[in-house]
Order: sequence, then structure tokens, then C-alpha cells
Amino acid sequence: MAYLEVTNLRKSFGKTEVLRGIDFSMERGEVVAVIGASGGGKTTFLRCLNFLERADLGDILINDEKEGLAFSATAGYSDRQIRQMRLSFGLVFQSFNLFPQYTALKNVLLPMNLRAAEAIRKNKGISFSQRRAERKAAYAENGVRAKELLAEVGLADKMGHYPCELSGGQQQRVAIARALAQSPAILCFDEPTSALDPLLTAEVLHVIRELKEAGHTMIVVTHEMKFAREVADRVVFFADGNIEEEGAPEEVFDHPKSEKTRAFFAQSLE
Amino acid sequence: MTFSQINQILFEGFGVTCELFFLTLVFALPLGLLISFGSMAKLRPIAWVFRTIVWIIRGTPLMLQLFVIFYVPGFLLGRSPFAEIDNGRFIAALIAFVINYACYFSEIYRGGIESIPKGQYEAGAVLGLTKTQTFFHIVLMQVVKRILAPMSNEVITLVKDTSLARVIAVAEIFFINEMSLLSKGLIWPLFYIGVFFLLFVGVLTVLFNYLERKLSYYKV
Repeated sequence: MAYLEVTNLRKSFGKTEVLRGIDFSMERGEVVAVIGASGGGKTTFLRCLNFLERADLGDILINDEKEGLAFSATAGYSDRQIRQMRLSFGLVFQSFNLFPQYTALKNVLLPMNLRAAEAIRKNKGISFSQRRAERKAAYAENGVRAKELLAEVGLADKMGHYPCELSGGQQQRVAIARALAQSPAILCFDEPTSALDPLLTAEVLHVIRELKEAGHTMIVVTHEMKFAREVADRVVFFADGNIEEEGAPEEVFDHPKSEKTRAFFAQSLE
Repeated sequence: MTFSQINQILFEGFGVTCELFFLTLVFALPLGLLISFGSMAKLRPIAWVFRTIVWIIRGTPLMLQLFVIFYVPGFLLGRSPFAEIDNGRFIAALIAFVINYACYFSEIYRGGIESIPKGQYEAGAVLGLTKTQTFFHIVLMQVVKRILAPMSNEVITLVKDTSLARVIAVAEIFFINEMSLLSKGLIWPLFYIGVFFLLFVGVLTVLFNYLERKLSYYKV
């Protein structure tokens, strides 16, 4: 069984069908690049995995010894269950979406602490003072972890900076550290470099390469064809809400089978 | 009448003015937030109810609202609840001010909340936060920064609107002045009262400037 298995994922906005039954699977540690023209359903696919959009139909299955998860897009879930599922899919946005009023460190740390506080609050069996002690211990642990993560993305010296004081590339790296902090089974990137100039793009892509070497499982929606070719284990081409073609980068880029894929490459090379 | 006597009289009235001002803020600031949530409710009928209330309150004179709050319960119940308690007039005025200002505040809040990019909520969501956590830890401070300027306007207007409470004979500064000084032919204390307001608003202006500077450590 594959690490992630998505079966027949469908989503419509009004009368527009955006996802027309996506079947997708990937192995642990695999990096998949998702390419295709705008409006092809790439972003919606990621947003459905993250439950930012509720798919109309379909199943999503994660086979992980720790957090085996199976959920049907159409089942009714509580807010709490949805939050739990979301933690399996980290998401890095095109527009970073950092919290502007907090430093880089607090952007990473605050969500960790809020999640920890929430989990401790749910534990009814312990006394008030025990709870406080647990919270304190969790916060201290999180603080160390958050600093490690920022160092990992090369921002050890920028922890006290506010997002407005950071370059786009640095902001995106903070966002990556923030997503890594939830230890997601699969880390998703939604056009992570589309808002960046070539130089800053390079520094973000460098971090993604390092994450691949560290063994993270990732889905990267991207327009950086060179990056997709070099880093991805597999390339998936979306067109009109379907997976039109997929395979090893050399296959898809050099010998595209589908007419739509060929047309897309022809256009994007112009 | 000596200057110090006049001072004493005016200060007494000014005390009531300040009380009305601060208590209105204490109750109207949070109530406004609740009303803004109501008017943004996903359930259409609820949003409609709240928006209608806001329309009525913003669409009618505060002076009329003061009369309605103070007199109408008396007509309906046969006896005025405000006549039976100490400070009844003050409480009636306070209720009218709180409702009126909460409605104005709610619209400022709504504007602020709706101006926060969707991405902030989505970031909170994908990070596994609850809606409440996202609102209080991520959105609220950004809203405060954005609404500071319009709020300062509204708060300054409130300082001066308190004088409307005299129409139901609340002993605020103008009412006291009229009873004790104007009735004796003293005109100049009216201008002196102007100085009270100028100083009060001056202090508020400094305070709001301070807050604005305090929140200017980050840009969006």
C-alpha cells in the first residue's frame, strides 16, 4: 500500500468542476512535483488535502504506523477531527501568510504552543497545577524545537525579526519552518516561489532540496520546470481537473505522451 | 460667587461626564464586538437582525434614543423603573450611550475584521488552530492596529456626545452649569467648560498617538 492514497477526489465550485475524480498515490519520502496551467485544479487538490476546501467526493488515506489515517471527503467530521487531519498535511502558501505582528520565532512557536495548550486542556484527568507544569514543560520543549527548525532553514540569525523586516525568500523559509513544526506526514507547497524573484526563488528551492535529502515526503505545486525536473522523483501534470499524465521527470518532460502536456510545454517555453 | 466655588460646581458636573464616558467605553467596546459578530453571522437571518438594529440605532438621533430609553419603559410598565433607583437617570443615559456606541463600534470592528486577508485565517487553520485561537491570537491584534484611527474619532465624539445626557436631566457638566451658573446670569463658565473638553480630548489624542506608535513596530 502506498503512503498516501487519494481515490476519486471530486470538487465543484457551483457548476464548475475543478477536480474530476483524482486518483493519486505516493510513497514515503517521495517528492512529487505537480505542474500544469492555472485553473487545472492543482491548488484545489492541495486545498482539499488540507481540508481548506471540502471535497465533494473521494477518499484520502495515509498509511503511517504512527498516524494511520483514512477519511472520506464526504463524511461528517467534527471541527476537532478536521484539525487533527490537517496536522498530517503541512501547507506552505504562495503568499507566505506569516503573522505580521510576531517575530520569525514566534510565528513558528505560537502555533506549537497553542496546539500543546489545547491538548493539555483536553486532558481532564489532571489537576490545575499539574496542567500548568505540563504546559510550561511543553512550551520550553517547543522553544528549543522552534529554534532548531529556524536554524535548519538557515535563519538562525533572524529569529527576532518581524516578517516586514525579512526578504520574501526569508519569509517563505519561516513559513516552511512553521509548517515543519507540526511534523506533517506530507508537506505540501502551493507555488512556493511564485511571489519571489529568481534569486530568492533559488534560496527557497535550496531549502526544499535539503528537506528532500532529510527524507521528507512532499507535494510541490510549481511553475519552476527546471526545479521539478531536478528535484522531483515524479512529475504529475494536471489539466482540466484531471491528472493528464504522470511519471519520472525525464519521461514527462522529454517524452510527453499526452497532447495537452505537449501543448502546455510548448506554451510555457514560448 | 468665587472662582473656586464655580470650579467646584463645574468639576462635580465634569465628574459625571467622565463617569458616563468611561462606563460607556467599558460596556460598549465588548458589546460592539458581539454585535459585529452577529452582523457577520453565516446564518443570514441572524445577520439581518443585527444589521437592522445597527441601522435603526445609527439612523436615529441619540437624543431620541435617550428619550425612548428613559420614558418608554415608564409608559409600558405604568411606572418608570429609572425613577425607583438612585441614579436612575444616569443609568438610563448610560444604557442609551452603550447601545448607540456599541453599534458604531461594531461597524468599525466589522470593517477591521473583514479587511484581514483570508490567508491569515487559512494559515491558522492549516496549522491546526481552532477558530477561536485563530481569532484571538492571530487576527485580533491586527484588527486593533487597523481600526485605531477610526476608533479614536469615535471615542473623541463620545466625549462631546455625553453632553446630550442633559436632555433627561443627568447632572453632567452642562446640566449642572445651567442649573447653578447660567441661571444666575453667568455666561463665561460656558467657555470655561470648553477648556475642560479641549484638555480631555487633548489627553485622548496623546493616548491614541502613543498606541499608534506602539503598534507601528510592524507593517503589513
